[in-house]
Amino acid sequence: MDKRLERILPRVQKPARYVGGEYNAVMKDLSQVDTRVAFCFPDTYEIGMSNLGMRILYGVMNNMDGVWCERCFHPWGDMEDEMRRAEIALYALESGDPIGDFDIIAFSVGYEMAFPAMLNMLDLAGVPLRSEDRSVLTPLVIAGGTAMYNCEPIADFIDLALLGEGEEQIVEVVELYRQAKREGWDKHAFLCKACHLDGIYVPSLYDVSYNAEGTVAAIVPKDGAPAKICKRIVTDMDKAYYPAKTIVPSTEIVQDRVTLELFRGCIRGCRFCQAGYVYRPVRNRSKELCAQYARESIEDSGYQEMTLSSLSTSDYRPLVELCDELEPFCERKHLNLSLPSLRADNFSMALMERLQKGRKTGLTFAPEAGTQRLRDTINKNLTEDDLLESCRRAFAGGYSAVKLYFMLGLPTETDEDVAGIADIAAHVMHAWRESAANKARGVRITVSTSWFVPKAHTAFQWEPQISIEEYERRVALLRERINTKTVTYNWHPSPTSFMEAVLSRGDRKLCKVLEIAHRKGAKLDAWEDYFSLPRWLEAFEECGLDPHFYANRTREHGEILPWSHIDVGVTDAFLWREHERAHAGVTTPDCRTQCSGCGANRLIGRVCDG
Amino acid sequence: MAKLRLLFSKELQASYISHLDLMRTFQRVFPRGGLELRHSQGFHPHPLISIVLPLPVGQSSDCELLDFEVEQDTDGSGIAELLNTGLPAGLRVRACYRAERPARDLAFLRARLEFDYDDGVPDGTLDALRALFAQSEVLVEKRTKHKKLAQINVIPLLQSVEWGEEPNLVTAELVAAAQNPGLNPALLANAVTSHLPAFAPDFARVRRLELYDAAGNVFR
Repeated sequence: MDKRLERILPRVQKPARYVGGEYNAVMKDLSQVDTRVAFCFPDTYEIGMSNLGMRILYGVMNNMDGVWCERCFHPWGDMEDEMRRAEIALYALESGDPIGDFDIIAFSVGYEMAFPAMLNMLDLAGVPLRSEDRSVLTPLVIAGGTAMYNCEPIADFIDLALLGEGEEQIVEVVELYRQAKREGWDKHAFLCKACHLDGIYVPSLYDVSYNAEGTVAAIVPKDGAPAKICKRIVTDMDKAYYPAKTIVPSTEIVQDRVTLELFRGCIRGCRFCQAGYVYRPVRNRSKELCAQYARESIEDSGYQEMTLSSLSTSDYRPLVELCDELEPFCERKHLNLSLPSLRADNFSMALMERLQKGRKTGLTFAPEAGTQRLRDTINKNLTEDDLLESCRRAFAGGYSAVKLYFMLGLPTETDEDVAGIADIAAHVMHAWRESAANKARGVRITVSTSWFVPKAHTAFQWEPQISIEEYERRVALLRERINTKTVTYNWHPSPTSFMEAVLSRGDRKLCKVLEIAHRKGAKLDAWEDYFSLPRWLEAFEECGLDPHFYANRTREHGEILPWSHIDVGVTDAFLWREHERAHAGVTTPDCRTQCSGCGANRLIGRVCDG
Repeated sequence: MAKLRLLFSKELQASYISHLDLMRTFQRVFPRGGLELRHSQGFHPHPLISIVLPLPVGQSSDCELLDFEVEQDTDGSGIAELLNTGLPAGLRVRACYRAERPARDLAFLRARLEFDYDDGVPDGTLDALRALFAQSEVLVEKRTKHKKLAQINVIPLLQSVEWGEEPNLVTAELVAAAQNPGLNPALLANAVTSHLPAFAPDFARVRRLELYDAAGNVFR
């Protein structure tokens, strides 16, 4: 081990996250390797190692002969300070080698607030931030993940973005890079080829011009780049790689268990939800294969907990059959199954009661909005009766804590809708009185609200975020209305949500802002420990830009949006139709009840598995 | 059902795995090898697994002991080989056997201590160190479990220490009390830094070499 590292590790918190060597970490003989990839996650080890996408692509790349993919995470502040002081460049966990010397630096970015961490990682690696300042092919800086559906705020820093699911396209990008390296292409020649791979977006091959008021005037491709870039997906989940043999960290991470992915996409169509739109169409993995992967990954990892994961797990058609099939295995292995993202309906409750072993802690529901009118507007097809029935059942079954999640600032929200949140909490309280198995234990009802962030590629992409003053007024209103001691109200003064709203619908002008914010010290800005609103506001000021232009402006129908050239499968016409229906308070049935013609099924050339 | 003990080494990257993380790591290592850990019978069952003498984070060891109970009936033979196929780098099981002696019989540990001097070992270092640890009292500050600072005298806990010198390095092989109370060998570096600041090392490294009972016999 590097002597300098040996000196600093005893002084930092949780040093095990900086040394690698975990079970199943892939080690390769460098004499057999021609292409080295640093797979970077712009957040801490604990967060990054919990990411299934990262595990999938790590496996896919390491399955390529001659390619060694290693991991790299953003160090926590204490480690960063020590590394800078000791002049240790950011290194990959497997080999300990500095990532600046690698062929490809690949980021997985799921969240806009990770953009500053990306820049800081490049800086820690000693790699120039701007693509134009990296004139040679190596290192190639690429990025994927859901935040890339609008990657304009980092367009100047990355050489290319991978849109959609990476299993197949990452292989094509790496192979093209190897060809370029073998044949001595320059970087521009490589990028001009790469932009013709399906799902690959090369920002430098597009000129963006602006109108006087700041909106986008035109996005013009050059050097033969395609006018629209359509995301890439895996069409058949039964052929998609699943990392059954995966790294088991030697230190605790956030999701410290096996994650079994049942399907991709979501049939629900909640109008605020970016994941619900961009992961379409729905594609199921067969029950047989799920059961096989479950067994393999439990046997190999030694984990005793497994999450059946998806955007809405109770919508997996053979869910009961899968649980039936796994039950004896779980019993034998003392394995706990957890089902996140369940809907508050009877079916889910029955299933959960069956799977829940031992302690019954709390249940979490996400009604998102306080009245049926607003829930219809956002197409969250959940009724208060469903919710209360689920609560009654939970209380009767011995649960004594319920968490309820809501958003404030959803489009069309009125004070009545805000007050409705307090009413729901009161009704849940009443349900407890009616049906609690053991009243002596008391009940804890927690209401949490977050500040709605409109996202690109959703029905609400044209909507403004409410101002911070208005958000705080609604918080105060709700706080007044919640007046029983059993109901705890949590909210965040979270200016992060404001900056998230700015970045998530930002354009290329924000690259400069990001660069300045980075220079002023922005890094792990998804963490409140590091986020500073004044720093961001200063950066905007220095660039002569107004963050409210991005967060709080209503976009016109027909306006060219910074991400208009990115095609996620769902058509613009469908999103606008959903937008109009939202304002009319009309719900759209889920994809299983009736296909709404969103357009995403053209990506698989058949009806989707909804 | 069997009560077993593992003898394992912990070094390199694995020396940074904390005590609790190491317990978690082993809880996954056993099922990987097809062994079923026994659980306590209480309301919140927990696996019956314990580390005899936890090693401070960052130190290496050739002689860690871990006690555990499995549902299978076994004398432990073959288990070391089985587990070694699925361990993180830096952990290696040296033996697995029935736990015969109670952990409380463990009395002393032998360790190798290394002090780095990046600009060369100052003249007179060994003499100064020998003189310091020949005194009857050498107090060092130690953080207690309750995060308070306490003064402890290291001398009664130190049975023997042999100093040696190599280029840019001072070494010590020491035998110290292992528990009730025990001495963390790294505290010797703190003692030097606070009592002999002119000879303060740039870095101190500790490796546990062997464990003994009160009579000085190897403890297994």
